[in-house]
Amino acid sequence: MLSYIVRRLGATVVVMAVVAFVVFSLLYLTPGDPAAVIAGDVATSEDIARIRQSLGLDQPFLVRFGNWVWALLHGDMGTSIFNSLPVSKLIGQRVEPTLSLTICTLIVAILTSVPLGAIAAARAESKLDHAIMGFSVLGFSIPVFVLAYLLILLFSLQLHWLPVQGYRPISEGIWPWFLHLILPSLALGTVYAALIARITRASVLDVLSQDYIRTAQAKGLKESDIMIHHALKNAAVPIITIIGIGIGLLISGAVVTETVFAIPGIGRLTVDAILRRDYPIIQGVILIFSATYVMINLMIDLSYVFFDPRIRY
Amino acid sequence: MINNSTMNRVDWPAQVSKIRLFLTVQLPALYKRYPFAVIGAATLLLMIFIAIFAPFLATVDPQAVAPLNRLKPPSWEYWFGTDALGRDVYSRVMYGTRVSLTVGISVAVLSTVIGLAIGLITGFVRWVDAIVMRIMDGLMSIPSILLAIALMALTKASIENVIIAITIAEVPRVVRLVRSLVLGLREQPYVEAAAASGTPLLKTLLRHILPNIAAPLLVQATYICASAMITEAILSFIGAGTPPNIPSWGNIMAESRSLFQIAGYLILFPSIFLSATVLAVNYLGDGLRDALDPRLSRRM
Repeated sequence: MLSYIVRRLGATVVVMAVVAFVVFSLLYLTPGDPAAVIAGDVATSEDIARIRQSLGLDQPFLVRFGNWVWALLHGDMGTSIFNSLPVSKLIGQRVEPTLSLTICTLIVAILTSVPLGAIAAARAESKLDHAIMGFSVLGFSIPVFVLAYLLILLFSLQLHWLPVQGYRPISEGIWPWFLHLILPSLALGTVYAALIARITRASVLDVLSQDYIRTAQAKGLKESDIMIHHALKNAAVPIITIIGIGIGLLISGAVVTETVFAIPGIGRLTVDAILRRDYPIIQGVILIFSATYVMINLMIDLSYVFFDPRIRY
Repeated sequence: MINNSTMNRVDWPAQVSKIRLFLTVQLPALYKRYPFAVIGAATLLLMIFIAIFAPFLATVDPQAVAPLNRLKPPSWEYWFGTDALGRDVYSRVMYGTRVSLTVGISVAVLSTVIGLAIGLITGFVRWVDAIVMRIMDGLMSIPSILLAIALMALTKASIENVIIAITIAEVPRVVRLVRSLVLGLREQPYVEAAAASGTPLLKTLLRHILPNIAAPLLVQATYICASAMITEAILSFIGAGTPPNIPSWGNIMAESRSLFQIAGYLILFPSIFLSATVLAVNYLGDGLRDALDPRLSRRM
């Protein structure tokens, strides 16, 4: 087990190094000279050269990459070109809305998709199964923002049940916070739930054909007991794997969802940064999101042992 | 010579009866077996038709600005209404089909070809495998839309760049698939026999490996096509995709973002077209998977 964890951590470090390299190269390849931007219109070429030198822009690629990684390891992600604030601070201010949105979405998606997938598997090839799977294909064919607008049109503009847009911090009360998160979570969660439901069905269907399920049925156990204690438990590993992989989908979707619902989170920060070509922020956001994704999947890999005692490393 | 020319001459009655057989017997049988796939294929053909004949289907120039007619709701004159500049949304949506299909199909073809080439090499050459797969792992841990956004931020907005950006984000997934299939096939007795009898590697790849991975690869390509169309729309929607002067479904929706409370139809029509096309491609992919890989279809 320990050697597996060490090996897995080693692989994670390599992956993060690749991510850092890709992200740094992106900034390196950026058209335009940051020194010229900072120097302004009236600067002479000597001024620009001096600024380039003071920023270390005249050094070779690998030296700059090394310096950048060194700063990164000390928590320095650079400063925004647009408002000169540290990127880490800008991202830090925006963590709460994004975290609220993604956690709510995770809960909504898992609570709906796993039961639906299990029901579809239990009633495989029935009308109910076809309906659930049909909706699941529909779920990942509708782009997040389209679904978001449809939900707003129906629940906010027609029925007036829920707020159209915006976000309330949790410090202003749980209820307003929750009300503002319902539609965004539904919009963002649908694609994700569709994916999980599909895998849950496939995985449970596989388990249901096993001998021990027949034994349980022969013992006269209730169908729900068999499903929860025997089938779902043994089907858990592929399901949690797809939940982990789907985090990537969730992060991409959050960028769009925050734009539609005017939620001031990291996704919104990203879109604003793109429109202003504020590369240090784009870099920082990609790094943070990728690191989150890698870490969650690392934890999921390590958690297999708890879900399935047959797995030994 | 005479024999040859008679062979080349088209036997029209036979062709007609073949088409009749297809329409009356084979197509209904296919529909009965794979209903969703047939519906998907039909919808996709319709969209391809719209894309090709957009100039004839559009009622006016999609870029023609008419400030007097701005924000008109759908009517007999303007089927899908007009936008904030008075442009005809119906004509814009027709032209938008071209962008989505071009991006979807190009990305599917490019990422499959590139992913296939890299995947075959990594599957057969050990030392390349170690290096390339680490790079692919790194690329895959960057959420694909973010990677595409970052690449788009580097270059100027154009359809070509959108295609390149989405392709780069999709290639690692194809490489993973091809590599895993190749690793399994490499141990097969017939591949080992080919190697033992001195068959050149390239010939082994073409004769023994490629036919066996073609089916799952084709299915994967349809899913990539669907996801690329969604990614293009998202990129355009957040302002990092197709340039605003080209009417794409994502652009039409992006322009209407601030107006959707008063003119919801601006978002509605392009979104129906986008969702229907993506759904059609996904259905087609599911149908192909069922038809080509019965083992997998039972499980998924």
